[in-house]
Amino acid sequence: MKILVGYKRVVDYNVRIQVKPDGSGVVSDGVKLSPNPFDEIALEEALRLREKGVASEVVVVGIGPTDLQAHLRNGLAMGANRAIHVATSDAVQPLTAARVLLKLVQKEQPGLVILGKQAIDDDCNQTGQMLAALWDRPQATFASKVEIGEDKARVTREVDAGLETLEVDLPAVITTDLRLNEPRFIKLPDIMKAKSKPIEILELASLGVEPGDHLKTLHYAPPPGRSKGVMVKDVAELVAALKSKGLV
Amino acid sequence: MNTILIVAEHHAGQLNPATARCVSCARKIGGEITVAVLADAPAAIAAQAATLDGVGRVVAVADTAHTQALAAMYAPQIAVLARGFTHVLAPSTTFGKDLLPRVAALLGVAQVSDLMQVEGPRRFVRPIYAGNALVTVEVPQEQTVVATVRTASWPEAAAGAQAAPVETRSVDAALPKHTRFVTLQSAKSERPDLQSAGRVVSGGRALGSSENFRIIYQLADKLGAAVGASRAAVDAGYVPSDMQVGQTGKIIAPALYVAVGISGAIQHLTGIKDAGTIVAINKDAEAPIFEVADYGLVGDLFKLVPELTQALG
Ligand SMILES: Cc1cc2nc3c(=O)[nH]c(=O)nc-3n(C[C@H](O)[C@H](O)[C@H](O)COP(=O)(O)OP(=O)(O)OC[C@H]3O[C@@H](n4cnc5c(N)ncnc54)[C@H](O)[C@@H]3O)c2cc1C
Ligand SMILES: Nc1ncnc2c1ncn2[C@@H]1O[C@H](COP(=O)(O)O)[C@@H](O)[C@H]1O
Repeated sequence: MKILVGYKRVVDYNVRIQVKPDGSGVVSDGVKLSPNPFDEIALEEALRLREKGVASEVVVVGIGPTDLQAHLRNGLAMGANRAIHVATSDAVQPLTAARVLLKLVQKEQPGLVILGKQAIDDDCNQTGQMLAALWDRPQATFASKVEIGEDKARVTREVDAGLETLEVDLPAVITTDLRLNEPRFIKLPDIMKAKSKPIEILELASLGVEPGDHLKTLHYAPPPGRSKGVMVKDVAELVAALKSKGLV
Repeated sequence: MNTILIVAEHHAGQLNPATARCVSCARKIGGEITVAVLADAPAAIAAQAATLDGVGRVVAVADTAHTQALAAMYAPQIAVLARGFTHVLAPSTTFGKDLLPRVAALLGVAQVSDLMQVEGPRRFVRPIYAGNALVTVEVPQEQTVVATVRTASWPEAAAGAQAAPVETRSVDAALPKHTRFVTLQSAKSERPDLQSAGRVVSGGRALGSSENFRIIYQLADKLGAAVGASRAAVDAGYVPSDMQVGQTGKIIAPALYVAVGISGAIQHLTGIKDAGTIVAINKDAEAPIFEVADYGLVGDLFKLVPELTQALG
């Protein structure tokens, strides 16, 4: 079985994002970029399935600008067999990403697609569900445990009420939550090995993906700040303050 | 005129309060509001939805396929029900997040996630980058607006005396057989629900073990509060995952939030930005949580939390 893994490049989760003063976007110059943390979890899960003999090949997919190769090399160094770079200079919204992934699914015929539950830049949490709809296949989102059986998967999902387990027929789309696994670190020799692994480059325009349907982004603004409060010296002072506000 | 369809979320025969928050958002958008209730036995839930102020009509769809809210089952039916509506909304809970993108893709349109402000019938504000930026987006004119509603940004619509009419419908949509519910493992708790509680006490990595979390529960019980946690506390297995508060957990807006032994990473803070009053207890006076806390108390939580519980009588 082949597994396709979404591998998006995003602003590193440690960066404190600044909105440009004119509201035209966020400051991106010199900002550290990293793989989306949920996608590293997705890749780790795919690699473990390959190590267990469930999967035979793991392919990472990145949709984005021409300088995405170095990013995809990280995925190869972590252990993916090969990478596909769908090149575009336009911002890619989830519906477009899902349509691109559908084209790749038709081409590659994977038994499983694993994406992150959300990209931590747009925080959309949409692409996996959209791909599953377009592909007319099952979705198991927010996964914290994945067991692959004969032609089906049993997936435990982190939902508001607790842990839900679904059984889905394969092929299917799974999106990862934080507790699914802990991604491995990349070792130096793996970086060397990754240099010879193939990256296929496809122009988004050449895939025949339906264009449009975009949300128009009009304006960026910083969130309203919370004003810094006061430090209390002890529990008695805290309780008094809360009482005076009618909170306890 | 706008015609707005809200997909009801419900559990064990009860309408989830998140639905009433969607109604508030829909009222801000303006127009005729219809709530769709898909359930195996929708009557009682539909009756609850019908009393919410602003709801003009409830559509009840009864089907044994709806004993569990599976997105793969719901989505094709919502896509059919959506015909003739300008807007389709659902709460930004795991239910709505799972379902609505699937609906949007079936309709061939984009989705707005976590709608927090309405600037016009097609113009909305939503958070990105863990809430460190807010972006105004506009849905193209010819498209159905499909959006999840950030529940912490909207009050629950009140339940009035006047009940809207309930219409029973069947929906002609092919339902897939590829997805089956197995179990829901849910810790039964007498405590208030984290997402709607007026008071929340959360513990972080500093608690050190699930046994030590006991002091958090004791404080919460004294306050009549729900209990939450940071990601670190969940990852370490001190508490179940449904207690995680933050960017990738639950976004909450209680009147009082008490953060105990939580450093205040941006991913956590984005989950509590809308809290009325934030109290932080941390032994590190430099912890970022104090930047947002209304009341900060520096010291050892193992001493201060029991003392606080005691002092609350
Ligand atoms: C993709 C991604 C998503 C994430 N999503 C979330 C999310 O949704 N929610 C979330 O919370 N985090 C999230 N995180 C994690 C986040 O970045 C932090 O790692 C996490 O919030 C830290 O948890 P903590 O504050 O409990 O632990 P720490 O940062 O380790 O803080 C522990 C605090 O306890 C204090 N302390 C220690 N001992 C005592 C004592 N005896 N008495 C008093 N104080 C004490 C310390 O001073 C410290 O400030 C996410 C991270 C990533 C990468
Ligand atoms: N441009 C992209 N390149 C690769 N994967 C993507 C891209 N956009 C979205 N994805 C995948 O879809 C997931 C969810 O993204 P989103 O719906 O934007 O929150 C991500 O974690 C990725 O796995």
